[in-house]
Amino acid sequence: MSDRHYEPEPALAATAVGGTVDLGVEEAETPKKRPAGPDGPAPQDRPRSLWSDAWRDLRRNPVFIVSGLVILFLVLIALWPSAIASRSPLDCDLSKAQEGSQAGHPFGFDGQGCDVYTRTVHGARTSVAVGVLATLGVAVLGSVLGALAGFFGGIWDSILSRITDVFFAIPVVLGGLVLLSVITSDTVWPVIGFIVLLGWPQLSRIARGAVITAKQHDYVQAARALGASNSRLMLRHIAPNAVAPVIVVATISLGTYIALEATLSYLGVGLKPPSVSWGIDISAASPYVRNAPHALLWPSGALAITVLAFIMLGDAVRDALDPKLR
Amino acid sequence: MGRYVLRRLLQMIPVFVGATLLIFLMVNVMGDPIAGLCGERRCDPATAAQLQREFGLDEPVRQQYLTYMGNVFTGDFGTAFNGQEVTELMSTAFPVTVRLTLIALLFEIVIGVTLGVITGLGRGRPVDTGVLLVTLVVISVPTFVTGLLLQLLLGVKWGWIRPSVSSEAPFDELILPGLVLASVSLAYVTRLTRTSIAENRRSDYVRTAVAKGLPRHRVVVRHLLRTSLIPVVTFIGADIGFLMGGAIVTERIFNIHGVGYQLYQGILRQNTQTVVGFVTVLVLVFLIANLVVDLLYAVLDPRIRYV
Repeated sequence: MSDRHYEPEPALAATAVGGTVDLGVEEAETPKKRPAGPDGPAPQDRPRSLWSDAWRDLRRNPVFIVSGLVILFLVLIALWPSAIASRSPLDCDLSKAQEGSQAGHPFGFDGQGCDVYTRTVHGARTSVAVGVLATLGVAVLGSVLGALAGFFGGIWDSILSRITDVFFAIPVVLGGLVLLSVITSDTVWPVIGFIVLLGWPQLSRIARGAVITAKQHDYVQAARALGASNSRLMLRHIAPNAVAPVIVVATISLGTYIALEATLSYLGVGLKPPSVSWGIDISAASPYVRNAPHALLWPSGALAITVLAFIMLGDAVRDALDPKLR
Repeated sequence: MGRYVLRRLLQMIPVFVGATLLIFLMVNVMGDPIAGLCGERRCDPATAAQLQREFGLDEPVRQQYLTYMGNVFTGDFGTAFNGQEVTELMSTAFPVTVRLTLIALLFEIVIGVTLGVITGLGRGRPVDTGVLLVTLVVISVPTFVTGLLLQLLLGVKWGWIRPSVSSEAPFDELILPGLVLASVSLAYVTRLTRTSIAENRRSDYVRTAVAKGLPRHRVVVRHLLRTSLIPVVTFIGADIGFLMGGAIVTERIFNIHGVGYQLYQGILRQNTQTVVGFVTVLVLVFLIANLVVDLLYAVLDPRIRYV
């Protein structure tokens, strides 16, 4: 058994090939032993579900509280950026280019004379939108395809495995450059579509593994013996017990997708001006970093804190959902 | 063993074909391969038609792909639109990126594994918590931000290093870019080693080794570390391809003329031959690195046998 235990590792570790930012997944690999549903590990007064247990753990975890608050704040300013930055991010005054911080403009001005504070606040919207929408797309597409392959097995499973192998062999940043450089659009949709296109195989592997593990449990066999249909088995018995690892990986991926969007925008193929994005601002600030480092530092800091918050949230959720660590 | 390698080589074929076909389609169907030839303006229709015939672009895509792959296997990667052979570009670009990747791998293995062993053995100690926190931060900060900040601090503010790399790109100038390229993977290697060591140190063979009275360093290095390295080696194997592809960002920051630079230029100038050629080689490197890693398992863990 012991060498079989290593078997899933290479497959999962290969997800890391995705790219710089996709590496977040590697972390999620630790929950090898899936929470296998209501097996009631602890002698407690009343039966508690995995989810209420996890929630009880999360509420006490300072990492979860801090990252949750940061994310809440980010979502709020993504929805209503003008609440704390009333100016327009496109309202720039070239005569103030590269000036440092001054009254009313705490972060100073960038190379085009735009207010760095306003642009940093407004940049949250694209980052959060790309992260959330891309994660939703990846989670839906990846988990449906992965779950079907894991449930039915056979030829579909083999085909899916080969397709995911193909996607893993292409470096993400490279694929992004090739695919996005030919698309001219000033919306966030091409970037989201691209992330979904290259991100789903990784999640489908996680979902496939989780479904295969859940499928072998006795309660699934029992339900099948009682004559439950495939769809009922899938939705009522397998899905609730296989969804935890998918949620963990998706949360961590959310952070890495935000970083990926910024990286692509930095390379000039992600979002393009006049979109407001931290990646664009960092890219624009890098040539004159000697004169105006603040124009580079503020958006970089915002980006790093955002990604960190999502990765920490994923870490905390994983700890809560992984009974092995209790 | 021989049969296992053969099977793995056969499995690589569909992946190789799929990945190169995907890139080929992306470049040729999504983009306009001859748009780059006429500069900023559109080609006039007659010239465009003639160019298409010249490069065989009027044939169906399937035919184009087969012709291209046929050429690749005879060592002909085609000619870039500026008249340079793609193989010539490769011969200048790959040595630079290989040097950069080697430095990055060295950082990953030496620093990553060492930190992983220290934290894995002292789980819960302040050192462990501190290193974990640092790795989390390193993972969260995108590579291009790390690179720009280190370049600003070490290169511009303190003047410890040259902010950009000269065209020969000797080893010593590549140390900082190598560290930047390795940074995220370094953090993962640390975390993987830590988890693996912490898991294996309770295993029976470690207890046996301790009971035999072996000195501590021998138990750790020969018995514990060897088997614990399996997930780490897996990661590093997959990482080689990623590092070479991910060098696009690092090479751009430090102005290194390697594979990433050529790819970036090729994509911006819509130089399809360059892009497809370089990606084909990268995919091959990735697949072979993964195969080598799988064969290394048996060396690291004697319990693993190939059939």
